[in-house]
Amino acid sequence: MIEIKNLHAKIEGKEILKGLSLNVNKGEIHAIMGPNGSGKSTFASILAGKEEYDVTNGSIVFCGEDLLELSTEERAWAGLFLAFQYPIEIPGVSNINFLKTAINEKREKNGHEPITAKDYMNLVREKSKLVELNAKLTSRSVNEGFSGGEKKRNEIFQMAMLNPKLSILDETDSGLDIDALRIVANGVNKLKNENNATIVITHYQRLLDYIVPDFVHVLMDGRIVKSGDKDLALKLEKNGYDWIKKENDI
Amino acid sequence: MTEQKNNFNLNSLLKETAININKEDKKNAISVIKNTPLPNSKIENWKYTRVSKLGNINFENNKANIDNISRYIIDDTKYSFIFINGHFSNIHSSKKIPVGVEIKVLSKKNNEFVNSSLKIKGEIFNAINTFYLNDGLLIDIKPGTKLEKPIQIIHILKGDNIISNFKVIINAGESSNSSFIQGFFCDSGNNNFCNSTSEIQVAKNAKLNIDKIQSESEQSFHINTEQVKQEQESIFKINTFTLNGRIVRNNLNIHVNGQNCETHLNGAYVLKNNQHVDNHSIVDHKVENCISHELYKGVMDDNSTAVFNGKVFVRKNAQKINAFQSNKNILLSDNASINSKPELEIYADDVKCSHGSTIGELDQNSIFYLKTRGLSDKSARNILISAFFQDVINNIENQNIKGYISQLLNDRFEWNF
Amino acid sequence: MANYTEDQLAQDLKNQEYKFGFTTDIKSDKAPKGLTEDIIKLISSKKQEPEWLLQNRLKAFKIWKSMENPNWAHVKFTEPKFQDISYYAAPKQSKKYESWEDVEPEMKETMKKLGISLEEQKRITGTNVAVDFVMDSVSVATSFQSKLKELGIIFCSFSEAVKEHPNLVKRYMGSVVPPSDNFYAALNSAVFTDGSFCYIPKGVKCPMELSTYFRINEGETGQFERTLVIADEDSYVSYLEGCTAPQRDENQLHAAVVELIAMENAEIKYSTVQNWYPGDKNGLGGIFNFVTKRGLCEKNSKISWTQVETGSAVTWKYPSCILKGDNSIGEFYSVAVTNNFQQADTGTKMIHLGKNTKSTIISKGISAGKSNNSYRGLVQIHKNAKNARNFSQCDSLLMSDECGAHTFPYIECKNKNAKIEHEATTSKIGEDQIFYCLQRGITEEKAISLIVNGYCKEILNKLPMEFAVEAQKLLTISLEGSVG
Repeated sequence: MIEIKNLHAKIEGKEILKGLSLNVNKGEIHAIMGPNGSGKSTFASILAGKEEYDVTNGSIVFCGEDLLELSTEERAWAGLFLAFQYPIEIPGVSNINFLKTAINEKREKNGHEPITAKDYMNLVREKSKLVELNAKLTSRSVNEGFSGGEKKRNEIFQMAMLNPKLSILDETDSGLDIDALRIVANGVNKLKNENNATIVITHYQRLLDYIVPDFVHVLMDGRIVKSGDKDLALKLEKNGYDWIKKENDI
Repeated sequence: MTEQKNNFNLNSLLKETAININKEDKKNAISVIKNTPLPNSKIENWKYTRVSKLGNINFENNKANIDNISRYIIDDTKYSFIFINGHFSNIHSSKKIPVGVEIKVLSKKNNEFVNSSLKIKGEIFNAINTFYLNDGLLIDIKPGTKLEKPIQIIHILKGDNIISNFKVIINAGESSNSSFIQGFFCDSGNNNFCNSTSEIQVAKNAKLNIDKIQSESEQSFHINTEQVKQEQESIFKINTFTLNGRIVRNNLNIHVNGQNCETHLNGAYVLKNNQHVDNHSIVDHKVENCISHELYKGVMDDNSTAVFNGKVFVRKNAQKINAFQSNKNILLSDNASINSKPELEIYADDVKCSHGSTIGELDQNSIFYLKTRGLSDKSARNILISAFFQDVINNIENQNIKGYISQLLNDRFEWNF
Repeated sequence: MANYTEDQLAQDLKNQEYKFGFTTDIKSDKAPKGLTEDIIKLISSKKQEPEWLLQNRLKAFKIWKSMENPNWAHVKFTEPKFQDISYYAAPKQSKKYESWEDVEPEMKETMKKLGISLEEQKRITGTNVAVDFVMDSVSVATSFQSKLKELGIIFCSFSEAVKEHPNLVKRYMGSVVPPSDNFYAALNSAVFTDGSFCYIPKGVKCPMELSTYFRINEGETGQFERTLVIADEDSYVSYLEGCTAPQRDENQLHAAVVELIAMENAEIKYSTVQNWYPGDKNGLGGIFNFVTKRGLCEKNSKISWTQVETGSAVTWKYPSCILKGDNSIGEFYSVAVTNNFQQADTGTKMIHLGKNTKSTIISKGISAGKSNNSYRGLVQIHKNAKNARNFSQCDSLLMSDECGAHTFPYIECKNKNAKIEHEATTSKIGEDQIFYCLQRGITEEKAISLIVNGYCKEILNKLPMEFAVEAQKLLTISLEGSVG
């Protein structure tokens, strides 16, 4: 699904990613863990195509296409979805209108007719249940006045609506209480199938109790320095990151 | 209300300044004085402040002496410079000068040339200040100097119909760090008028702080113009407390000429009886990446009137400016009034600028709540007023100044802070 | 990477063509250029006016001659050459239109191009909108007369009102905006040619939107119309006003006066979509829009101004409320978009005289290109206005680094029980918001349009439905470019 090779990236002259490589196949869930400042969120932003970052070396192939050649919206149309760590508020623009625009833009690019109002409303009803999102929230302005938990649930709701091939969840668990965490994870699990894939970026192991990863990677100093299965996450939770630092001479 | 078109009264009692300032400036100044009427409310900048009555007074300037000035000393710093009616008081002033600082009394400069860049054209009070300048200080903070103790400059008015034209020039050198206290008081007399100007340069990476207390009398006029120029990475901070005066007008003109500067303008004004206080400020952001922050708060009682006019300019290409301006007012009486005019004029797009202005009375619910807890009406009000001023007061770092202001408020309003 | 940047948007905005730039080929009856007492007499006699009105005009002319063009607004322009303007241009048409069928096809075509043909209005809304159409200062068609008549509502051209309801006109005209109010109000009072008049009788809630469309068609003319809306006790009316003009290289002057009177318990909702020709991308041509709009509120009444301003080269306009009666309410909701070399100095005045009076001001300014957009507002609380309340929120959005956004609020308070809150913000369109939209697959152009419309939503929601759609379209036209 996505093949990342030797990715180097800079922001304002400072190198953040220093040769990151990662392969994700259909049907897989990958967790990326790492201490603060290891480059996790940078990695997510670069996948989504944020302009401030300069990719200086390496390649990303997404579903057979050179991802780095695509603009942010083209990546979205190709099926890449980023659940933001800090979802953005857009006052005055209703969630409903926002997502309808997003869906129709994609349909238009693929030569499809706009979605009918009826189909759309059915879709909203169906998907909002998935994350137990109050129907009222769907008609409110995008993220405006939402609580932290509501914002995160709204991200997963949008993910459900847009049906991406690859979802990147950037610290989706941050700021969530245990119930909200369960709801969000439940949503993600229900959306999982053999044709899509998920990259979960997280600081804590606890999310991985709910979203069980096939692979766990440790991102440190701009590279994946260790990979393993879900047991690696437990080990990190118990022992911290220092032993990996030692192993890798960082 | 009738308004006369009045010129400043040029009488034989007033003498041209003896201080050696640019001849051209003096010539321009006298021409402005002769040809410009005192501002009336048709002039946008003076819309709410009527000063034409100044034209009815036959001002003079006399030296005076005050035996005991201890009650005008705000801070017991080693460096205090006292002026009475605009004249340097040798007896009351400190002989000491901090290391790394050069302080000259303008009248004692042995006729040395005083360099001024004050705007005179169209500025009648600057013109009067220039042409009739009595005395003042020229302070050079040498590059890298870090002052431990503040420099205190006290100006006292004494006598009837006195006009004092007073000036302070401060050049804060590169990477210097200094702090000033200015006090304006009135010992006695009617219809006296302190017309003061300051010209301040804050060089690269320098930090300059001014705490100013204006507490003259209900018979005295005060007009003050501060012209500040900031170079890159400098920090300029001024706290202005206006506690007494018949008509007080403050003009703060800040030119932010260098990048990465910080500008903080804070003020509090507390008025009663027929007082009138007008705070005008301009922060002119000429270049990128600067921050300015302005907070003015006022409480008006009796028949008093306050004016706030804060203007933030962001010039073309002055991107990434973060400018914030806030003016909050409480009216305590049915006859008090406030005119608030916070303005933004912005010609660059990547900026974050905002302003806010509020006017109201003391919150009745809070008063009620405090009373149910056993507080008298008076102390309930006192607590709420002191809470209202808390953030402005907290901007003062020097505890002695805080103490002095509390004492003044207690003496004048019986408020305990 | 996304290749549609704000710079390009700015570029597209520059190239945006004015959609309503067409002229209608109708023979018109135009007065010679210039302004003298004779011209005023000519206008008055052409309109077969009573003597009192002529005298009013001459008095206003005298006042005007003694005044100077105001210069306090934050706009720069060359003063119109008042002697080069023709002060009267009526479509050559002596007969009055009896019905919609009588209107010439050209005129109907004009209305159609404006998207306001009466049939279309009926079709779109499914409800009733009574329209008065004013072209070059003369009212040419007023619809739904008979239906309104049943309710006792008078909705007609100003000229007709002068003839049919002279007492109402005489009593109220100039009562809110006297000729001496300002330079352009004086000019209008001297030379106005037509406009709309509306009277809602006691207790009547007008069941339909009353609407006036103004269009300047002739070259070298000015448009000086007057609108007078009187809502008698316990009545309600929602009034709409739309404006367009053809593309011309010269600056044309539009100096209107609008007076609203809301009597006890009455409510007037006055909505404007102003889309006068703004000049071309080099700043050539365009309308000078110098308008005085003011409403008087009696006890328990309410006046609500809503405006979407996208047009005119220079706008100078402050729809105001005099809150004279106790418990009266004034509202001002505004979106002003400026682009290219447009200049707008607009805002409101809320004069609180009565007790418990309330006012709300929400203003959204959007500046693009090399334009300048200023909010200027006055909130004045008089001594007896106990418990007066005001809330003002003025936001400015900047779309280019060559434009300006300014805020000049005046707050004057003489009553301690008043509560006033004013807030203003100025910022650039949010880059993180655009990125968020892009990540969801929304193109940059659409993202900007979404964000701007969201930004203005509070105001657009205040407009009657069919007007909101038009206003939204206008915003999109002003702020969408064609992405290559």
